[in-house]
Amino acid sequence: MRNPMLKSIALWLEDRLHIANLFESTAGHKVPPSTNSWFYVFGSGTLLCFVLQIITGTLLAFVYVPSASQAWTSLQYLNNEQFLGWFLRAMHNWGSIFMVAIMSAHLIQTFLFGAYKYPRELTWVSGCVLFLCTLGMAFTGQILRFDQDAYWGLGIGASIMGRVPFVGANLVHLMLGGPIIAAQTLSRFFSLHVFIVPGFIIALLSLHLRLVLTKGINEYPQAGHAVRKDSYEAEYEEMIRKTGVPFVPHVIGKDLIFSALVMTGVVACALVFGPMGPSGPPDPTLIHTAPKPDFYFLPIFAALALLPPYMETFLLLVAPVVGIAILVLLPFYSGTGEKSYRQRPIAVVVVLLALLTAGLLAYSGTYAPWSPHMEAWRRDVTPAVYLKGRSPLELQGAILIQSKQCRNCHALGEEGGLRGPALDTVATRLTSDQLVRQVIQGSGNMPAYAKNLRPAEVTALVAFLETLRPTYQPAARDANTHSADKR
Amino acid sequence: MSEMNSDCGCKKAALVQDDIREPISRRNLMLKIGAGLNVIAGALVGVPLVGYVLSAFSREPKNSWVRLGRLTEFREGETRLAVYRNPVSQPWDGDTAEIPCWVRRIEGESFQVFAINCTHLGCPVRWFEQSRLFMCPCHGGAFYEDGSHASGPPPRGLFEYEVKVEDGELRVFGGHLPTLAEPLRKEES
Repeated sequence: MRNPMLKSIALWLEDRLHIANLFESTAGHKVPPSTNSWFYVFGSGTLLCFVLQIITGTLLAFVYVPSASQAWTSLQYLNNEQFLGWFLRAMHNWGSIFMVAIMSAHLIQTFLFGAYKYPRELTWVSGCVLFLCTLGMAFTGQILRFDQDAYWGLGIGASIMGRVPFVGANLVHLMLGGPIIAAQTLSRFFSLHVFIVPGFIIALLSLHLRLVLTKGINEYPQAGHAVRKDSYEAEYEEMIRKTGVPFVPHVIGKDLIFSALVMTGVVACALVFGPMGPSGPPDPTLIHTAPKPDFYFLPIFAALALLPPYMETFLLLVAPVVGIAILVLLPFYSGTGEKSYRQRPIAVVVVLLALLTAGLLAYSGTYAPWSPHMEAWRRDVTPAVYLKGRSPLELQGAILIQSKQCRNCHALGEEGGLRGPALDTVATRLTSDQLVRQVIQGSGNMPAYAKNLRPAEVTALVAFLETLRPTYQPAARDANTHSADKR
Repeated sequence: MSEMNSDCGCKKAALVQDDIREPISRRNLMLKIGAGLNVIAGALVGVPLVGYVLSAFSREPKNSWVRLGRLTEFREGETRLAVYRNPVSQPWDGDTAEIPCWVRRIEGESFQVFAINCTHLGCPVRWFEQSRLFMCPCHGGAFYEDGSHASGPPPRGLFEYEVKVEDGELRVFGGHLPTLAEPLRKEES
């Protein structure tokens, strides 16, 4: 330092704060050179997102009103009146999406690289709890966007709580802060989202980072090099002593580049896609709504539609506990041995299956084929070809298919609900007797319509359904009658 | 000299040790008293805090009879939406205290009033007059006009309010969000 003034200030600070010592034991600590890899950037990326969320969240709280009667209006104000309010809301939303995504990548990477094995059990456990806390932030944050989806999302949460044996009703009451979803509910979710869960995250994060320093970062694993409890720590120390390089400045470069990309990504997505919602106001009397959770919870939303009802409560309450236990306790039943994913085919398959399951469920959650299309019966058109050359009775049936709301669950010409089978070729599958029986009695997922259709209406409906087959395919035949004819 | 010195040194060391040992035990005593006092003080602080938070865990039934409208507002053989303000509500609840429900007037003074919430996961069911079904937009549950389960994942029929007709008005006994653990009528739970 050429300037003697600056030098004396620096020396004074060093004398009072012992910065050199602090640096050596933290940012400048020695790490295995093999960790200078693009696979090791996700942890710092998640941390960056967290810091970004704290900043944008704090600033949003300048304007947001956590009151059931005003939250929605204050969000509209943020979107439309407050200078750059829309941009901060968008940044906070995209920051959370990036955080969940990068954190998932971090989880998968540390899993595949065996980073959870001896002696880093607690690093893994604290990381798993951090992951759950982050999902908790995503859920509570979605509630603070106090719109229709938030309101009915709370209803779904309360209904799940209500399935807990013995204390279900108490848990619902505790979660809602009262007998209904109302002011106390939003206030307590605000407290959770802004004070309690972030507090936990900061505490756990301190532990997580402290453990990375005391037990060292996991070296890039090599196939065939198994972890043994009696020798691992000595080997690691030896490696650090011989080849270790200080994290700053030798390894941090890739983290910095990734962080810059993440920040740019958040800003770009915020600019291009804008803020999320709020959808309609949280007025429960506006029932013409189809609630849907944010994308992180779409797989759960989809699973709830697809699980067989008899095992639903069991899976809702037990599966998460078992799943989390398997994840958190991983280092305690698989704490030694091979680290490299090249030697752990089951680990790779588990990751692929988990991603595939979550992806497919989320995909089906986006178009929810199990939900009736509430407006199909009056909006969707009947293909002209199904009406051409039909008798008055058959045409009457075509009208009934609309007016009796069959289209809400059954598609015609690729328009309509997907809850039941499309009816375009129904005459090739069911005979007229079977059609009558199905309409009157229902079965499987179809309600019975005996009370809601007069006999003449059933006749007309079935007459129309019998015409629904391509000319090149024969109509369904009753096997009994058919074979009897032959004889 | 050297002996004397060492002797002297020993004595000094012993003295010093005694000096240290004595205050240590006193400090131990202080530590124990201090820790004990803090346990008591901590309980004084903590018990009210826990009580404050868990007050929502125990629930006193605060339901009461609420008015849905005059009988003339409901036609026989029809099912329509009605709204009441939750009996327990705060000014800052805003619209969230406006609770909708489905009223079915079978005939005369015979009514069925259903909660809006699907018994599967609480989403708002919609009434379809022509097919006489309630349908849920979330996971495709459907219910017949009398509230019984028609299809889909719901584990039971719609939640039904206790109903009474008084002074030409329809009233229901309401006040909480119905769930499987706590339906609207006592005999159902």
